[in-house]
Amino acid sequence: MSDVVEKTLTALPSLLSLDSQPGSAKLSSTAKLGNLIRGITELTSKHEEEKLIQHELASIKEQVSSPNTTMRQMRELMVRAVYCEMLGYEASFSYIHAIKLAQQGNVLEKRVGYLAVSLFLNESHELLLLLVNTVLKDLQSTNLIEVCMALTVVCQIFPKDMIPVILPIVEEKLNHPKEIIRRKAVLALHKFYLIAPNQVQHIHNKFRKALCDKDPGVMTASLHIYLQLIQENAEAYKDLTASFVTILKQVVGGKLPMDFNYHSVPAPWLQIQLLRILSLLGKNDQRTSEVMYEVLDESLRRAEMNHNITYAILYECVKCVYTIHPKSELLEKAAKCIGNFVLSPKINLKYLGLKALTYVVQQDPKLALQHQMTIIECLDHSDVIIKRETLELLFRITNAQNVTVIVEKMLDFLRLSKDDHMTIDIVGKVAELAEKYPFKHYSTMNAVFSLGGDMMQPEIPNGFLKLLSEGFDSEEEDRKLRLFAVSSYISLLQGEPSKLPQRFLQVICWVLGEYSFLKEDLEPSVVLGLLTKLLDMKSSSSETKSWVLVAMTKLCWSEAAVSEAQQVAETYSSSFDTTLRQRAQELQHLSRDSQLHSRVLPPGGRLEPDEVVDSSLSFLDGFVSEALSAGAAPYKPLHQRQEELSRSKVLSLEPYGLSLPISTSSCSITDRQSPTLLSTSSGLSGDGTDFSHRGSSTTLRLDGVKRVWGREGYLAQKKPVEEVAQVEVPSPLRSPSQQGDANSCRSKTPTPTANPECDQEKQQLASSLFGGLSSQSSVCLISGAAKMVNIQRFRRKAKGQRSSSTTNEQRANPTVSSASAVDNLLCNNLLEADTEPINSSAKQTFQHPHSLSVANGACDAEAILTDGDPKERNQPLSSEDFVEADDSPPREDQERSKDSCLTPHLPAELSGFSHSEIIPLCSSQSLDLSACHVQTDNSVVLVVFITNTSEDANLQIQVFCVCESPVEEVRGRSVSVRQYSLTVKMPLVHFELVGMLSYSIPAGMPQAMMQFSYKLPLTSFIRPLTVSTEEYGSMWLAFSHDTKQNLTLIKEEREPLTATLNALNKKLSLHVVEIIGVEGLVACSLLQDQPCLMHCRVHAGRLAVWLRSPVPDLPDCLLYHCQRALQEP
Amino acid sequence: MIKFVLMVNQQGQTRLSRYYESVELSRRAALEADAVRCCLSRKKDQCSFVEFKDFKLVYRQYAALIIVVGVSDGENELSIYELIHNFVEVLDKHFSRVIMFNLDSIHIILDEMIQNGHIVETNKNRILAPLTAINKMAEG
Repeated sequence: MSDVVEKTLTALPSLLSLDSQPGSAKLSSTAKLGNLIRGITELTSKHEEEKLIQHELASIKEQVSSPNTTMRQMRELMVRAVYCEMLGYEASFSYIHAIKLAQQGNVLEKRVGYLAVSLFLNESHELLLLLVNTVLKDLQSTNLIEVCMALTVVCQIFPKDMIPVILPIVEEKLNHPKEIIRRKAVLALHKFYLIAPNQVQHIHNKFRKALCDKDPGVMTASLHIYLQLIQENAEAYKDLTASFVTILKQVVGGKLPMDFNYHSVPAPWLQIQLLRILSLLGKNDQRTSEVMYEVLDESLRRAEMNHNITYAILYECVKCVYTIHPKSELLEKAAKCIGNFVLSPKINLKYLGLKALTYVVQQDPKLALQHQMTIIECLDHSDVIIKRETLELLFRITNAQNVTVIVEKMLDFLRLSKDDHMTIDIVGKVAELAEKYPFKHYSTMNAVFSLGGDMMQPEIPNGFLKLLSEGFDSEEEDRKLRLFAVSSYISLLQGEPSKLPQRFLQVICWVLGEYSFLKEDLEPSVVLGLLTKLLDMKSSSSETKSWVLVAMTKLCWSEAAVSEAQQVAETYSSSFDTTLRQRAQELQHLSRDSQLHSRVLPPGGRLEPDEVVDSSLSFLDGFVSEALSAGAAPYKPLHQRQEELSRSKVLSLEPYGLSLPISTSSCSITDRQSPTLLSTSSGLSGDGTDFSHRGSSTTLRLDGVKRVWGREGYLAQKKPVEEVAQVEVPSPLRSPSQQGDANSCRSKTPTPTANPECDQEKQQLASSLFGGLSSQSSVCLISGAAKMVNIQRFRRKAKGQRSSSTTNEQRANPTVSSASAVDNLLCNNLLEADTEPINSSAKQTFQHPHSLSVANGACDAEAILTDGDPKERNQPLSSEDFVEADDSPPREDQERSKDSCLTPHLPAELSGFSHSEIIPLCSSQSLDLSACHVQTDNSVVLVVFITNTSEDANLQIQVFCVCESPVEEVRGRSVSVRQYSLTVKMPLVHFELVGMLSYSIPAGMPQAMMQFSYKLPLTSFIRPLTVSTEEYGSMWLAFSHDTKQNLTLIKEEREPLTATLNALNKKLSLHVVEIIGVEGLVACSLLQDQPCLMHCRVHAGRLAVWLRSPVPDLPDCLLYHCQRALQEP
Repeated sequence: MIKFVLMVNQQGQTRLSRYYESVELSRRAALEADAVRCCLSRKKDQCSFVEFKDFKLVYRQYAALIIVVGVSDGENELSIYELIHNFVEVLDKHFSRVIMFNLDSIHIILDEMIQNGHIVETNKNRILAPLTAINKMAEG
C-alpha cells in the first residue's frame, strides 16, 4: 500500500514548478524562521502569540499544498512548521509533506524531511508506514550520507512491524568499512532490541563483534545494548566481564584518540557507561567482582583532576564499589572520595555527595557518622533539593533511637513544602516510619494527615485505620490508643474542623463511628452533633459526607441519636449524589429498626477476627457461570487488562502523568477497598491477591538496595576510621565509651564551626540523629519500601501465628487426651489380653497400642489418617542384616543399612512405586520404629515399620488409628509393617504427623511411651492433572481462590519458559497443558481430586505465575514449592 | 535516561525541544512552562539539579539561553550537566553567531548526541561530521 501512496506522492506536480512565488526565494531560509522567532519574542501576550502562529500556520499550509513549491522552499516551510508545533500548535497538515520531503529532497532537504518526521510523528503513527520504502531505498543508496541519515531515522523512529523488511540490510551495514555506518547500524539494532527484542535475538553474536570493533565509537554504541541486556539478565554475560574491564583500563589509561577527550578526561561518558555495566555484573558475585577490583582502584586513583566530569565518574565509581562484592581497601578509598564530595563548597558536588552517601549508607550505615556535621548543615540548607536529599539519607539510617528526630525533621520539611510530588513522597516515608516504629505512630499519623492533606496516597489512611482496627500486641494498649484517638478527634472537631484536610476528616469519621463507644461518658448524640456540623460545612466533599453518614449509621443506637440521625437521613435521601443517597437510605432504615441495626452493626463487639469475608465472591459463581453461558465476556482483573494494554503498545510510556513514587504506595497494607467500603466492612482483612501483587512489584524495583555484605566482614576492619569519625561527636553528649577515643584524638580534630552555641545545638542534633548508628546491635536499616512491606507482612503473619499457636495448644491437648485414651484402651486390651491364649503362651509379651494422631506446627489444617487395610507382615529378619548391625558400623551406615534392610519389607503392591527414604522415627531397647511414604497414582501411603529387635520376645501389637485393629503378634527379630492411606483435609506447605506409641510388658512392668513424628511435604500429594486447554479454560473461571507471584525463570538462552515448566513438571509433577508463546498453562491436583491450575507468563525476565484452585490455601502452599523448586539448582 | 532536552530563553520561550518519551503535544507547552519556571525561580548559588514531578531537571544557563534536560531518577546528574556543556561547545564550534535561527542544524547535532534517551556520541568531531558533510554537499 505504501508503494502506491509513494507513487502518488511522486506524481504530485510539485517538482514541475520553480520560483513562482516572487520574494520568497530571496529571503534565505534562516531569515524567514528568524523573522518568525523575532516576531514571537517581541510579543507580550499569549493571545498575540496564538494569533501570530495561527496566521503563520495558515500561510505554511497554503504554501505546502501549492503545486509550485520547490523542495528547497519546502525544507524551509518544514522547519517553520516544526517550530510552530514545538510551541504547542498542531501542524498535522505538514506531516505528509515531511515524508514527501524525506523521499524526494536532495541531501539537506532529505535530512530536514527525516528530522521533521521524527519530531512530528510518534512510534505508532500510521503515516510512518509511508516512510518505510524511503528508508529502504536510502539504506541501499551508494551515497554514504543518505545511508547515514536513513540509519539515524531508524534509530529514532521506525514501525515495529516493519523491522523484518530492513533488518537484513541493517545487519549488512555492521560490516561496512566506514565507522559511522557501523556505529549507526549498531544503534539501530539497539533500537530494534528496545521495541521488539524478539526480532534481534538471533544476532547476539554480532553484538559481540561490535563490542570488539577496532573503532571505539562502534564499541561504545554496542555498550548500550549490553547495558540493557545485562540489566535483564546479568548471569548470561559474566564471561564478558574481562572484556569490559580491559576496555575501561584502556580508556582510563588514555589509549583513545585525543578527540574522545572532554576537558582532558578520556571519554568520560564511556567510562560511566562501563562502570554501570561492571556494577551490574559484579553485584552479588565475588568471582566476577575480583576481576574488576584493579581497574576500579585505578579509576579512583586517576580521577584526581578537579573538574566536574571527573566527579561524575567518581560518583559512578563509588556506586560501583559499593554495589559489587566488597573489598575493604576499595571501600575505604571510595568512602574517602565521598568525603571530597560532601565537603566541597560547590553545591552540585555536595548534592552528588549526599546522593552517593544515601546509596552507600544502605550498605554501611556507619558511614553517615563520618559526615554527621555536614549532614546536619545540609539539613538546614537554603536549597530545598539539598534538604530533600538529606532527608532521603536520614530516612535510610532511621533506627529506633533516632526515629523521633528524623520524623520531626520530615514533618518540618512538610510544613514548608509547596511541591506536591515532594509532599506525597515525604508523607509516604513518614507514614512508613510511623508504622515501623509504632510507639510514635498515633501522634505522627495525625501530623501526617493534617500536613499531607489530600494529596497523600489513599493507602496511607487506609493502612492506618487497618492497623488501628487490627491493633498491636495487647488488648489494653489498643483500647487506650483507640480511646485516645477518639478523645483527641472529638476535641479536633470541637475546634475548627473546616481547616482539616478531607482525608483526615474521613479518618476521624471512621474512628468515631467505630470506637466512640469506648469513651463511656460520651453520648452518641454529642458525636452525632459534631458529625452533623461536618455535613453542614461547605468545604466537605461528598466523599467525606458519605463517610460521615456511615459513621452516623454506626452510632445511631441510642434514642437521642436516632431522632437526629433520621433528620439527617431525610435531608440527604434526596441528594443528587447517588452514594450519599444510598448512605442516607441505609442510615434511615437502620436507625428505624434497632433490631436490624444491632444485627448488622453490633455495638462494641464488632471486628470479630474470625469473621470471614468471602473475598472471592464465590456465592456469585452461579450467577457468573449463567452469565458466561449466556455469552458474557469473562471478567479480567484490572491488572490483567492493563498488562494486555501495555503489551499491545509497548512504548507508550505515559511518563508525565501524576506518577507517584512507588515507595509511598508500598507503605500501606490495604486492599484497595474504596474508603466507603472499608468503613462499612470495618477493615476486615481483604483478599491478599492484590497485596501480594503489589508487594512483588515494589520488591522488584528495590532490588538494587540489597546489602551486599554482613557486618562482620568489612566493618571490623574499618574500626579506626570510625573512631576518627566519632571524634566529631560533641563532648558533653558523648557516651562514655566514645569519650576515651575523643580525648585521645582531640588534638587532631579541627573545630568545625566558630559559634559555640550554635555548634552545641547542632551537636546535640547530631547525637540524636546518629544515636543508633554507633552501637551495632541497634542498627536498623531500612532498605527501602520493600522491606517495609515485609515487616508489615511479618506483623500480619505474626498475628496469624499467634492465633495458630493457640490452636496448636488446643490441638496438643487432644493429643494428650488421645494418649490417655490409648491408656484406657490399653488397659482394656490388657484385660482382654489376659483372656487371650496368646498371652499365656508368650514368655514375655509386648503390647503396642500404637496410636497416630496428627498435629501441626504451621497453622490450622490437618491431615487425617484413614486406616487403610493394615497389612501385617511378620517376616523374620534375614540373619545377614543382623550380622551387619552387630558389627556396629558408624551411625550413617547403620541408618543406611536400615533403609536397605527394611526396603524388602515394603508391601509388594507398593514396590512398583518410588518410596521416600525410610526414616527411623524412634527406638527403644526392644523395638525400632521407622517409616516412609509411598506415592502411588492416586494415594499417599504411609508405611510404618515396627521392628522387634529383641532376640526372642514376641511382640503383640495393636494399632489405634481412626479405627482399631486387632491385636497382632510380632515375633522376635521380625518386622511388622503397617500401611496408612493419607488424605489431606486442608493444604499446608508441610505436613507433620505426630504419633504416640505406648507399650507395656504384662508382667507388672511400667508402661512405656514413645512419641514420634513424621514430616512430609505437600508435594507428595500433588499429582499431574491431565486436562485439555478448553477444560482448563472453563475450570479456571470456576475456581475462586487464587494467588500471584513472580518467580525466577530458569536461565536458558532459547526456551526459558519451557525449561522452567519442565523443571516444575519434573520436580513437582505438574502437568504442562500447553505452552503458547510466552504463556504456559499448568495443571495439577491435590489428592483426591482437588485441582489447582497455574497460569505462567514470561514478563520482564521473570515468570509471572497465577495459581487458582477451589481449595483455599492450596495456591499459596503450592506456590511455595514452585518457588523452592526453581531456586534449587 | 534522558526524557527531554529543552532550550529556552530567559522569558521562558521555548527555542528547541526534543522529547525522548512520547508526550502529547497538548501537554508539552504546560510541561515546558512548569519546568522553565522551576529552573528560573532558582538562585545562582543553588544546585543545578532540581526535583520536578517524579523526575529531575538538570539545567545550565548560558547568557540568555537556558538548557534544561529532564532525566530519570537513577541518572548521574553531574554527567548530564557536563553533557549540556559538551553540547554547547559543539554548537559553539559549528556556528559562529546567532544559533537559534538554525533550528534544523541544532536538531541534527542533538540527534547525533542523544538517541532514545541515551548518550550516543560525545566526540565533537564525530558529532559534527554528518552535518558538515550534508552542508558541503548542499553547497557543492
